[in-house]
Amino acid sequence: MRHIISILIENEAGALSRVSGLFSARAFNIESLTVAPTEDASLSRMTIVSTGSDDVIEQITKQLNKLIDVVKVVDLSEAAHIERELMLVKVRSAGKDREEMKRIADIFRGRIIDVTESTYVIELTGNGSKLDAFLEAIDRALILETVRTGVSGIGRGDRILKV
Amino acid sequence: MQLTGAEIVIRCLQEEKVEYVFGYPGGSVLFIYDELFKQDKFKHVLVRHEQAAVHAADAYSRSSNKIGVCMVTSGPGVTNAVTGIATAYMDSVPMVIISGQVPTAYIGQDAFQECDTVGITRPCVKHNFLVKDVRDLAVTIKKAFFIAKTGRPGPVLVDIPKDITNQKCDFEYPKTLVMRSYNPVTKGHGGQIKKAVQMLLDAKRPMIYSGGGVILSDAADRLVKLARALGYPVTNTLMGLGGYPATDKQSLGMLGMHGTYEANMAMQNCDVLIAVGARFDDRVIGNPTHFGSVARKIIHIDIDPSSISKRVKVDVPIVGNLPEVLDELQKQLEASSGVPDPKALASWWKQIDEWRGKKSLKYKQGKEVIMPQYVVEKLYEVTDGDAFVTSDVGQHQMWAAQYYKFDKPRRWINSGGLGTMGVGLPYAMGVRFANPKATVACVTGEASIQMNIQELSTAKQFRIPVKIINLNNRYLGMVRQWQQMFHGNRYAESYVDALPDFVKLAESYGHVGMRIERPADVEPALREAFTRHKNDLVFMDFLTDQTANVYPMVAAGKGLSEMILAEEL
Repeated sequence: MRHIISILIENEAGALSRVSGLFSARAFNIESLTVAPTEDASLSRMTIVSTGSDDVIEQITKQLNKLIDVVKVVDLSEAAHIERELMLVKVRSAGKDREEMKRIADIFRGRIIDVTESTYVIELTGNGSKLDAFLEAIDRALILETVRTGVSGIGRGDRILKV
Repeated sequence: MQLTGAEIVIRCLQEEKVEYVFGYPGGSVLFIYDELFKQDKFKHVLVRHEQAAVHAADAYSRSSNKIGVCMVTSGPGVTNAVTGIATAYMDSVPMVIISGQVPTAYIGQDAFQECDTVGITRPCVKHNFLVKDVRDLAVTIKKAFFIAKTGRPGPVLVDIPKDITNQKCDFEYPKTLVMRSYNPVTKGHGGQIKKAVQMLLDAKRPMIYSGGGVILSDAADRLVKLARALGYPVTNTLMGLGGYPATDKQSLGMLGMHGTYEANMAMQNCDVLIAVGARFDDRVIGNPTHFGSVARKIIHIDIDPSSISKRVKVDVPIVGNLPEVLDELQKQLEASSGVPDPKALASWWKQIDEWRGKKSLKYKQGKEVIMPQYVVEKLYEVTDGDAFVTSDVGQHQMWAAQYYKFDKPRRWINSGGLGTMGVGLPYAMGVRFANPKATVACVTGEASIQMNIQELSTAKQFRIPVKIINLNNRYLGMVRQWQQMFHGNRYAESYVDALPDFVKLAESYGHVGMRIERPADVEPALREAFTRHKNDLVFMDFLTDQTANVYPMVAAGKGLSEMILAEEL
């Protein structure tokens, strides 16, 4: 099963490598990992998407909790939550493709944030499957470059991950 | 008061009441060693190889429950120490390692004797630090000692760049620490303990399975009290030997790959199992699927939540510090009106006594060739079962564990988790520093002992009168045993050729050497070593049977009850 694990971790040098090292040392799977400081600069918030049986996910959360720098760990997918991912896509947009690309971007509520005579950079947010669907919808030959951030997640309503 | 980083390191170690630092100097720790030279509150033990410094500090801790401290220089100093650190980590031994690092401005420049210490040691420490500001030094060392000792213990490394040790700042050793990210649980959950008590009282075929956690947390007396109150059988893991007295009638001895028949059969066939500070590892329960194929309820007490339900499913998990949890369990047990079912218990003991009747540890000692088991049995007799015994890794380790009946905790010092050859002699040194009057024996083999033989020099310098019991069969015995059993008798690279004359070798270091070749000479030689040569290091080279194997044996991947017994061969 796919799980979204949120971590609050001391914003120390090497904190990321402690987490990623744990995953590789114990043969846990990482689908994506995002990390950045929170509004409190001494803390970082990390979102890890992993897949595994319930036993494996239980071990992952226990092992993460064991890391000295980790303040809190929550499996977001245990309850209502929101997940988003940001993607930037550079596409060829010359001639007849120019209008078409703009139209599809609009349908997916994407925004064109850079324009040259022959290219667009389109910014798109959503869950992973929406981003996948956009890439499916446009002509593959026109894709010059894609970059995705990986999933960030947050609990709905009163579910709050804070110190 | 302004102190240099080097002075701060020394002051912190003094504040932590450190008695000994095991180490080896080098370029990046020179300022620290300079300050160490100027003080006499703690002593430094100069080893001959950094690996031995860590092992000695490790055994110092295992045999005393104080924190072992070692100090090494950057680069090769650290990489040599890694085996020792990983060994301590696998067995949850509290230690602090101070390592030198190249100056901060040189880090990442491939400087002389530079390595990424924090990166290299990260997977084998409980935690590590790189100190980048002298003002953080004292609090970091305080944290290191705190983290090492609390929760599930383990080694903590503090990496200090050379320039930091020469910069000054105000020094005050913090009295308290607040770490929002680190608050280990100590008290067990009351409701869970209540469930455990009921489950224990309802048991028809109960079993107590006690591990290294009992030793590490000094919970042996509580375990004994609980076991006696219930009258249930107890088995100790390799790491838990001495946690429950081996000579007690409720003891079934060690379990696992080379455990006794009765311990493994009782473990497999019990209906309620209480695991106390043990972790169901592969050398203990064999194949987890086979182990899980028998229905039984499991209560698991451990300080580390990640140890629970890692390899087997558990019915009643209790996270907490063993002494506190066992006290609460005892209290609730005494308050309860229930008692164990006497009829069921009697028939369970009858079954266990039948299994005991197999006498799975018996062997034959003839007149010509010394059996290794016999040497350990005689060692037990000659030392009145009261010595500290360290071992290396291999057949001799298993024989020592099987035939030396440990009645007290912290007397059996070995590398159980990592299985590190070469620990025996430095372990014996560390034990003796922590217990200056103790009788210390190092049970080893001719292969293991050569992995840290240079420490005979340290032992001479510090006059460490340990007795080395070398069970010399001219083979990497455990490797040879597996090759015989599982690889068609093809003894690939397991014959140890070109051995030194250990008697002369010992003598060249200024110690006493003995060679013992006949069974009749075993006991007299041991008596001579432990009486006449009480104050000498004696290297006893026992030429033992070359084909002796360790039995019983649960082959890797097999079920716990699928033992190979000596008599069946």
